[in-house]
Amino acid sequence: MTNAGPLLEVDGLSVHLRVEGNERPVLRDVSLSISHGEALGLVGESGSGKSMTARAIDRLLPDGARVEGSIRFDGAEVGALSGGDLRRYRLRVAMIFQDPRAHVNPVRRIGDFMTEVLRTSLRVPRREAGRRAVEALAEVGIADGGRRLDQYPHELSGGLLQRVMIAAALLTEPDLLLADEPTTALDVTTQAEVMAILDELRSRLGLALLFITHNLELAAAVCDRTAVMYAGQIVEVRLSSLLHADPLHPYTAALAAARPDVDRSSARLRAIPGRPLSSFEAPQNECAFAPRCEYARRPCTEASPPIVRIDGGLSRCTRAMELRGTLGVAGHTEATSQGEVGPLGAAGGGADEPTVGPGGQLGAPPPSAPPTGRPAGTLARSEG
Amino acid sequence: MSQVALDPTPRADPAEEQILEVSSLVKRFGDLVAVDDVSFRLARARSMAIVGESGSGKTTVAKMIVGLERPTSGTIVACGRDRSRPARSTALRRARGREAQIVFQDPYTSLDPRQTVERTLDEVIRLHHQPDAADRRERVRTLTELVGLDARQARALPRDLSGGQRQRVAIARALAAEPRVLILDEAVAALDVSIQAQVLNLLADIREETGVSYVLISHDLAVVRQISEDTIVMREGKVVERGPTAQVLDAPQDPYTRLLRESVPRPGWRPVRRLSGAGTRTTGSGGPPPSPAGHASTNPATSGGDR
Amino acid sequence: MSITAALPVGDLAPAKRSSVLGTLRATGPAGMASAVVIGAATFVAVFGVVIAPYDPNLGNLTQAWLGPSASHLLGFDAQGRDLLSRLLAGAWTSMLGPLLVVGICIGAGTALAVLAAWRGGALDTVVSSGLNVVFAFPGILLAILAAAIFGAGLIAASLALAIAYTPYVARVLRGAALRERGQQYVAALEVQGVSALRICIRHIVPNIAPLIVAQATILFGYAMVTLAAISFLGLGVQPPAPNWGVMVSENQQGILQGTPLPALAAGAAIVVVVVAFNVLGERLFEVARRGGR
Repeated sequence: MTNAGPLLEVDGLSVHLRVEGNERPVLRDVSLSISHGEALGLVGESGSGKSMTARAIDRLLPDGARVEGSIRFDGAEVGALSGGDLRRYRLRVAMIFQDPRAHVNPVRRIGDFMTEVLRTSLRVPRREAGRRAVEALAEVGIADGGRRLDQYPHELSGGLLQRVMIAAALLTEPDLLLADEPTTALDVTTQAEVMAILDELRSRLGLALLFITHNLELAAAVCDRTAVMYAGQIVEVRLSSLLHADPLHPYTAALAAARPDVDRSSARLRAIPGRPLSSFEAPQNECAFAPRCEYARRPCTEASPPIVRIDGGLSRCTRAMELRGTLGVAGHTEATSQGEVGPLGAAGGGADEPTVGPGGQLGAPPPSAPPTGRPAGTLARSEG
Repeated sequence: MSQVALDPTPRADPAEEQILEVSSLVKRFGDLVAVDDVSFRLARARSMAIVGESGSGKTTVAKMIVGLERPTSGTIVACGRDRSRPARSTALRRARGREAQIVFQDPYTSLDPRQTVERTLDEVIRLHHQPDAADRRERVRTLTELVGLDARQARALPRDLSGGQRQRVAIARALAAEPRVLILDEAVAALDVSIQAQVLNLLADIREETGVSYVLISHDLAVVRQISEDTIVMREGKVVERGPTAQVLDAPQDPYTRLLRESVPRPGWRPVRRLSGAGTRTTGSGGPPPSPAGHASTNPATSGGDR
Repeated sequence: MSITAALPVGDLAPAKRSSVLGTLRATGPAGMASAVVIGAATFVAVFGVVIAPYDPNLGNLTQAWLGPSASHLLGFDAQGRDLLSRLLAGAWTSMLGPLLVVGICIGAGTALAVLAAWRGGALDTVVSSGLNVVFAFPGILLAILAAAIFGAGLIAASLALAIAYTPYVARVLRGAALRERGQQYVAALEVQGVSALRICIRHIVPNIAPLIVAQATILFGYAMVTLAAISFLGLGVQPPAPNWGVMVSENQQGILQGTPLPALAAGAAIVVVVVAFNVLGERLFEVARRGGR
């Protein structure tokens, strides 16, 4: 394992897909890096491009996809790999998916599926491969591995199967694991278990992890750094420990604030008006989030926001420096302060859907009535 | 065993109208007992949650309440009328539809793909109420406004609507029958976080405006906290804990409830392995849960998580 | 689910209702060309007798087997009748039979499929088993049997074929109906108290309609060629009534004696129309299968 430079470096990645004859952007200028042994969370809603990013890294984009920019793994350009090099790349970068059942052949036994890569690409003899598979299963907490190898996927529950997938992914001793919403379909207790396994394996094997999820709290809790995506772009990258207390981008703050709190209920949640856009729907030469952002001002709609580096993190926000330190989510409170500057943690209280700041916000539709009670008009525009 | 409150509704006020009363509900599928002696009561305009993971039986309870499954034994009484046995006539099923309605989880299959929103709502309204075309149009308009859809969206087909918009239509359709209780079966689970917040606010507003009661079926404790006043926790068919939501979540008595609570990701949370790593003592495939380890706070009880 | 499905639908994209024209266009150039052919055949079937230049039944034996000329574009058949007129007039019975078959078959097949899918359980098992039994009989055999019992004729043969083909239709539609039955909107309608009949007729059938149309189209082709064969055998339409299958039979001697045009022309008419139906049917099936939600 080389130690010079990051393990994975994505630089200016843009992807266009062919949909019904038209070319549509799904990723725009995505840049991120993961060091050896580091866990990076990638958080976003529908259309954010988070899954697409992982697929681009693993060369799993559909035919007809146009890729620009570079993806470098351990110094080598991933897009240029082919044949044997590509196979070797896939041994070092493993991927697990949200629905394990969709990615496993239901008529083959677990053992066959797990040892396939070992036997074919690495020419490991069958018995040895089986032994390693049982060992890998033990790593993920499945004790009776020998019996499991003989079973079929449908005999295992979702949680168990996902753990098998993790074990299978680790058999080739990869350096990087791409996990695309691996726990979204699992029960919350099983999710905690699977996350704990990933955590432990990571530290023991020095495995780097790109963890994709829609759950900001989950990513922040288990990853060293977290990146937030919106409309095909990365809008913030931050140390996870600082993400909730001191986010750099309004979207991150809004996302955290929109989530109900298991520790307390609030009169109203701070919902974000409108709905998450994908890259091809989002306005091109302005901030994609501006139409929904309560901090948006004129400059936000006049040009694409630059990437601003602050405090070790980065934010794609025109007003990043200005808003610095004011976006922190201090948990939901009943306070009703709604000013443009001030902790975003001021949750609903008696107020409504987030209203526009008094500074002449552009793009977001103003409520039709003052924020008292619940004017019928605002509901109609709060779409999603 | 766990200390489940014996009184099913610790705050039952005899003067409060009970919209829904479920007693000793049992459902067996062959040898499997999906629902095992479940009881609870729901008063008018109150909101309760049924919390559980997969296999807990919570969805089966929901289906039995609306008549999609037939109870093996036990009683369900809604609006004072017994509905423990399936309706034998369409007219009775319709009448029951005016008492309890349901919104499902998946926005992508919960609407007829060939019907516009207006026609979907119109069909239900025509089924239950005004035959007059002008009245129906008015009612459709009121419903779409209630759930926050504009006129253009009302004329759209489901395939032109997003997941959140479709869920709004599903809610409107359920409300078109003017039910006294609305069952929300993981109704926001498939929605983006920002949209989920909008729909949760919407649900709160609807309850305030129409006085409908909610039964929220969910595995998401934060959503449960936000939207429900009382909670019962189900595990493998049984109710393991019940009480006011705040109490159940802040001071869980049952080890399973504690485990659930501690599994919720939040800033500062670190996942802890319950089953051990390289081979020692786990069952891996769940046997009966061993008795709780007795740690009060951070150590969840050890138990077979998944099968 | 394809990756492109991960791209969310545009908010308020103009609602494209699926129109007949739209569906046709989706079948591609082959499908559209087939539709044109079918359209022409239908036109001829309806107006054939009117547009025929000569009386299709009037023959002059002295003109038998004569080749094409300026006034008789396709020449004469074995009985000295104008071939073109006979072809045009024969379209009617050649297409009527299959229409009858498809009409009955689709009706019965849809009803059985939806019934079995809706009720499930024992009823489904009984219906499926019954259909499997009928499956065992090739259509043409049943038609011959019908001819033996009821005498030769188009109606009897058509009915027999309809019975034979119903299981094909029912089997395909049952799967689709089951899928629809499992959709959550059906459960929602049940909870609303909508009657089972209404759900089946107003919701399930319309949603499997594209598949029904595709099946009907394919079936038309099969029925046509089988009925032509039955008429060729003398068990369907009886000569001297104009019918393409009968015409092949009447003129088959011509193939051996050097004047194949009458028999081949009739055969070609059958082939062209049947192929058109098959191609269009297959294309429609593809479109139905791909149909988006």
